[in-house]
Amino acid sequence: MRSLANVLRAAALAALLAFLLTPQRFARLFVPFTQYGAPPIYDQGNLLTLALAQLGTVLVAAAASSLVAVSLGILVTRPGGAEFLPLSRTLVNIGQTFPPVAVLAVAVPLVGFGLRPTLIALFAYGLLPIFENTIVGLRTVPAAVLEAASGMGMSARQRLQSVELPLAMPLILEGIRLSLVINVGTATIGSTVAAKGLGEVIIAGLLSNNTAFILQGGLVTGLMAVLLYDALVGLERRICARARIE
Amino acid sequence: MKLDRLGALLTAAGALALLTLPFVVFKANRIVPGDPRTLLQVLPAWAALGCYALLLAVAASALVADDARIRLLAALAGVVVVALAAAAAGNALTPPGNKVVRIAPGAAWWVLLIALGLLATDAATRLRPPPALRVLFLVVCVAVAWLALAHGTFDHLSIMREYAVNAARFAHEAARHVSLAAGSLGAALAAGLPLGILCHRVPRLRGATLGVLNVIQTVPAIALFGILMAPLGLLAAAVPLAAALGVRGIGAAPAAVALFLYSLLPIVANTVAGLKRVSHAAVEAAHGMGMTNAQVLRRIELPLALPVILTGVRVVLVQNIGMVTIAALIGGGGLGTFVFQGIGQTAIDLVLLGAIPIVVLAFSAAVLLDALVEVMDHTRR
Repeated sequence: MRSLANVLRAAALAALLAFLLTPQRFARLFVPFTQYGAPPIYDQGNLLTLALAQLGTVLVAAAASSLVAVSLGILVTRPGGAEFLPLSRTLVNIGQTFPPVAVLAVAVPLVGFGLRPTLIALFAYGLLPIFENTIVGLRTVPAAVLEAASGMGMSARQRLQSVELPLAMPLILEGIRLSLVINVGTATIGSTVAAKGLGEVIIAGLLSNNTAFILQGGLVTGLMAVLLYDALVGLERRICARARIE
Repeated sequence: MKLDRLGALLTAAGALALLTLPFVVFKANRIVPGDPRTLLQVLPAWAALGCYALLLAVAASALVADDARIRLLAALAGVVVVALAAAAAGNALTPPGNKVVRIAPGAAWWVLLIALGLLATDAATRLRPPPALRVLFLVVCVAVAWLALAHGTFDHLSIMREYAVNAARFAHEAARHVSLAAGSLGAALAAGLPLGILCHRVPRLRGATLGVLNVIQTVPAIALFGILMAPLGLLAAAVPLAAALGVRGIGAAPAAVALFLYSLLPIVANTVAGLKRVSHAAVEAAHGMGMTNAQVLRRIELPLALPVILTGVRVVLVQNIGMVTIAALIGGGGLGTFVFQGIGQTAIDLVLLGAIPIVVLAFSAAVLLDALVEVMDHTRR
């Protein structure tokens, strides 16, 4: 079962890389999806560059939202920030009802077209799952463990660093993974406001009625999301395993 | 006396915004850049100072009041003051009969509204109202906003100007938005419930089904909308009946199918999870009473799984209301039409005309279904 998963994983990665590096070799596969002799492979830009641009946007946004969300999560679970806890939990709930397009659309008039509104939308949208999981992770550390740590003479700071955060880490990482995967898909919408990414390919397909383009943009984005999800699950296992050994 | 930290933070933000940012922005027409105005520049001195005094009272209650009910009332009063101040500014700045000038709420207005909203949310969270009261509160808020809009209180503000231009289309697109979101949910329930029950009964099916549905979720919405255009277009060409029913390559059909596919995962996964939660003892007792499999399912398993299934419905409905927005890109209609038109024309008021109702719809759906889940969960215990 394990080896089958590995073979599938390797095959998906190989297919993705092969397609991004030499898309023209796959042209014959996409010809049935075109009409009137339209180009079967996106020809208004380099697919690899677009995929990397999208991945870069997502990673930058995710790094920023992880940093902010985890810090805020730590803050509201400390005694000093307890007054903010009820509000922040409600905000997470409310925030998730905001569609990402709406965030994107409202950011455009404020910061202009291009990468910046996309980064803001992805950042804001990525905050929620990480923040939520950080709070749950930190609050579900058993009280007995906390008392034991204090009994050993740990300061509040030491306790956070060497007891609470490691114990909450699996949930925090899960939040980061959720937010990354959602954002890979959401980033395609950024192309409606002229951010570089695979959404450009999809939109070009929609405008010129070329299903081959739409398929390419969609499949590459979907594959990237699945592989990223998979890689992060592996990374999580490794980090958590190491935490347990220590 | 102890200062409330959240109140202090929000008061500082609101005060800073009022002092440094424009309360409204005056534009001679839709295209030219705006001219920032403060409240004192726009309203007669007594009115502006009255607003400041009322906001100061709200701030005082945010800083020192202990009772969450007082804090909630004060914050809501603040929202009303800020909203009416913007409306008054719109009336004062618009020359009689002029339909070209645009008066948009400025940055300070938005910051104040957000700060007051946070204050109200915090107070409401601390009060922990029962589900019925939450729904009543939502209904009253929506009704008040509706009455004010219908009365024309905000007619001189830029968003309402955009509405006035698009009034006929707005009702149509809003109805389309709701019917797409709710229709695909209905279809997903009709297909997802049996599929979920099947997955529960046949464990081998479970992994594969949920795996496929999980992969569908990773396909970005605009791509799935696009991918479905081709097969539906072919279907319409090949089957006249389908075409007569309105199935076309572009428009609402691919949007509805895509939303249906996205909706399946939460419904199926939650049905499986809900059924798994039902205790074996209950099922065995029912069998022991001589119930048939179908009776056990209908009278024991499904009712016990209902709260979890409803949680899935909540996820789907909120997600769908947001995702229908993107359907506008493929001619599917809905409120997203205004959002994307607004982006195209860099007209933020048009964007907001689409975005605000979408957020209100999604939020209302979340509140209603959360209340329903809570009531269900409670009556079961």
